[in-house]
Amino acid sequence: MTNNPDQTNPVSVSPTADEAAVPAEAPVAPEAPEAAPTGRDEVLDAGTFDRIIEPRSEHRLPLGDGTWHQVSPKYIVVQFIANGVVLALVVAAVLVLTLVLHQWWAWIPGGVLGLVALVTLVVLPRQARSIGYQLRADDLVFRRGILWQRMVAVPYGRMQLVDITHGPLDRGFGIAQLKLVTAAAATGVTIPGLTQEAAERLRDTLIDVAETRRTGL
Amino acid sequence: MSTPEPLETAPPQQAVRSPLSDGEWHRLHPLTPLLRGGLFLLVLAGILIANLRDRLIEWFVPGMSFGDIDVDVDYQGDPFEFLVSNNLLLVAGLVVLAILIVVIAVFYVSWRFHTFRITGDDVEVRSGVLFRTHRRAPLDRVQGVNLTRPMIARLLGAAKLEVVGAGLDSNVKLEYLSTTNAEAVRGDILRLASGRQLTGGRAPHGRADLFGTVSAGLTGLIEGEDRVEEPASVVHIPTGRLIASHLLSGSTIALILLLIAVVAGAIFGTPWVLFSIVPALIGFGAYWFRQITRSLRYSIAPTPSGVRITFGLFTTITETLPPGRVHAFEIRQPILWRRFGWWAIRVNRLSGRAATDTASIQFAEILPVGTRDDVERVLRLFLPDITADRWTELFAHGLLGPAADDPYTTTPKRAWWLRPLSWKRNGFQLAPSMLLLRSGVLRRALVLLPLARLQSIRVDQGPVDRLHDTANITGHTVLGQVSGTLGILDRSAAVALWHDTSAAVVEAASSDRSHRWSSNAPADSNTPADSGADAPVDVDAPAGAEADVDAVEGGDFGHAFAPDLDPAPESDPGLESDPALESDPAPDTDRDLEPDPRRDHGRDPGSEARP
Repeated sequence: MTNNPDQTNPVSVSPTADEAAVPAEAPVAPEAPEAAPTGRDEVLDAGTFDRIIEPRSEHRLPLGDGTWHQVSPKYIVVQFIANGVVLALVVAAVLVLTLVLHQWWAWIPGGVLGLVALVTLVVLPRQARSIGYQLRADDLVFRRGILWQRMVAVPYGRMQLVDITHGPLDRGFGIAQLKLVTAAAATGVTIPGLTQEAAERLRDTLIDVAETRRTGL
Repeated sequence: MSTPEPLETAPPQQAVRSPLSDGEWHRLHPLTPLLRGGLFLLVLAGILIANLRDRLIEWFVPGMSFGDIDVDVDYQGDPFEFLVSNNLLLVAGLVVLAILIVVIAVFYVSWRFHTFRITGDDVEVRSGVLFRTHRRAPLDRVQGVNLTRPMIARLLGAAKLEVVGAGLDSNVKLEYLSTTNAEAVRGDILRLASGRQLTGGRAPHGRADLFGTVSAGLTGLIEGEDRVEEPASVVHIPTGRLIASHLLSGSTIALILLLIAVVAGAIFGTPWVLFSIVPALIGFGAYWFRQITRSLRYSIAPTPSGVRITFGLFTTITETLPPGRVHAFEIRQPILWRRFGWWAIRVNRLSGRAATDTASIQFAEILPVGTRDDVERVLRLFLPDITADRWTELFAHGLLGPAADDPYTTTPKRAWWLRPLSWKRNGFQLAPSMLLLRSGVLRRALVLLPLARLQSIRVDQGPVDRLHDTANITGHTVLGQVSGTLGILDRSAAVALWHDTSAAVVEAASSDRSHRWSSNAPADSNTPADSGADAPVDVDAPAGAEADVDAVEGGDFGHAFAPDLDPAPESDPGLESDPALESDPAPDTDRDLEPDPRRDHGRDPGSEARP
């Protein structure tokens, strides 16, 4: 089992650990970065949520041991704006079609699209709080979802590349999304809503660790 | 044709046989433009003839004019009529001639510029005149080599060589080479990639004359024997069984249902529906014909460079799969095959093709249909650590199960209605080197995921699963036909499996050396193939060859096939050395079983661990 709580955390032992003194860009951090023994990391956990939301049922997938790192609350804001724009556009289009052009059928697709966008907006805050990742000794674990929970373990040696993307809106709020690519397309681990420092730090760490654990395909 | 002094890029002399793989640039087969552009010219001729059909008929059969119908109306807008009426025939002829010359010149120039070379580290192809492309494939990422011989190319003694890379559309194609060269180059590439040394000289090189090749190709096509000799197959599929297996597939059930529906429609509705039977039958007939001709002449054989699979009646495809390049296996049995005890095996592997390529489905089938023993032989070629005992257990529990003392963890009873038929069978087992996923009662299937190849593992749970305290497990492998998903397992069992597998994957991957599969094998057949004598032969391994830290399961393959290495310099690199096996087109099963005891030794990974 690699899940022992006393395992060495790649982040805390990585050579970049001395860079952890980078000032946290968000003073709204809910808690001060704690000492290393708990597995928390000053850069990765600066200004993120502090508790993973789980389903209420006893039969949920357990959190297990180890420290879960989470995403920044700004992710919710960015997603809110992006989805809100979509919703606004749908509403505007439906209004124009019905009131100006008198195309009453437009309520049907408009209603469906609007409902989807609205539901997305409603579940967004909880969904963002369910995203978490864990850096274990030999692999990265990613989890997300409340209604549909999933957990993926990706061994460091399997990573083909690590991708950081940030759109204009993300840049404005200083967040980025990090994508892990393995030889399997289905792996699909995309960690959204990382602060830029955390994303870069995570990328460097992952590449360092992957370098020492490189395996064949 | 060998160079007086070897280039610095040249691969080690002792590792190559073909004069084409000497590290210098070479051109492809001179008939390449014809083979590649032939189809285009045919289409062009077809369009021309279709357009001028009426004209031609009128020229050659003057009586068949159109009588009262106004000819001018018929040919209005016809460019040919325009040419005739303006006396421009000569000009048009010259233009056509010029275009023809230009086309031929372009083909010729592009052939001149299309070159390839094989160095110690890569296979490279340069092509294009205006837009030059230069594709280089590192040898230690080669996933396999395919040799395709389409009908026409086969008659002309040419073959298409495809070096399979590890991405989408990442294959390096050597299109076309003469069959002898293609065989030798294929052997060289795989040998260089495996980091193994060759004893013996180069193959004699000569170009057979065209007519001799054509006649030999024709004879070969009819007699089912090609100029390329195949190593003896460990599995022989009778043609009758192959045809029957296709007729007893799921599409037959679909056809029967369709016929019932049509007849019922004709009785209760309008009889006109009956007319749709004919096109349906024609469609199904064509489908079956295509499927059956594709899988005829199947053979699978171990060679020093990997497992060699050949199939196809008209277009013959020979692929060589190095060990450790298969990411997932699925042994399956459609319901209609159960009476006969037939099974099929398909795999996931990096085919280097685009996902839309229809041939990738074909490449996934490594055993189209076979009995229990066939499945065992094929599986052992790829997974040598399956011992006889383990196979007995695998067959009894994994394929036929569930039986008493089921080692598989199955769907809990409380969730039976989510897997109403198969809940007793639907289960998993984490074996020492692989994850086994068993499912399906009507259509039995067993998925084997070698841990050393598993990319990542996922556990997930939806609201319905949570209600029953269950979860689903997915092992992620490279894209392919085999899905590594198993649904509706007990939640805590699934989470435990997820933890155990992710730990086991890391361990298996770190001790896996099979991407340089021969580096820790004995140098050649002269060395006794016992596990103590396997000094690393990395001296000539081109690049990135790892030190042989510990003997691992991937290395077993090298040991296992060491006795099959071919010391004879003049024969085909892929051939087995036993001439009796080689000349026998349909070896009986007793002979096939013969190599097995040889392969058996050293299969237990534990016994090979070096101090």
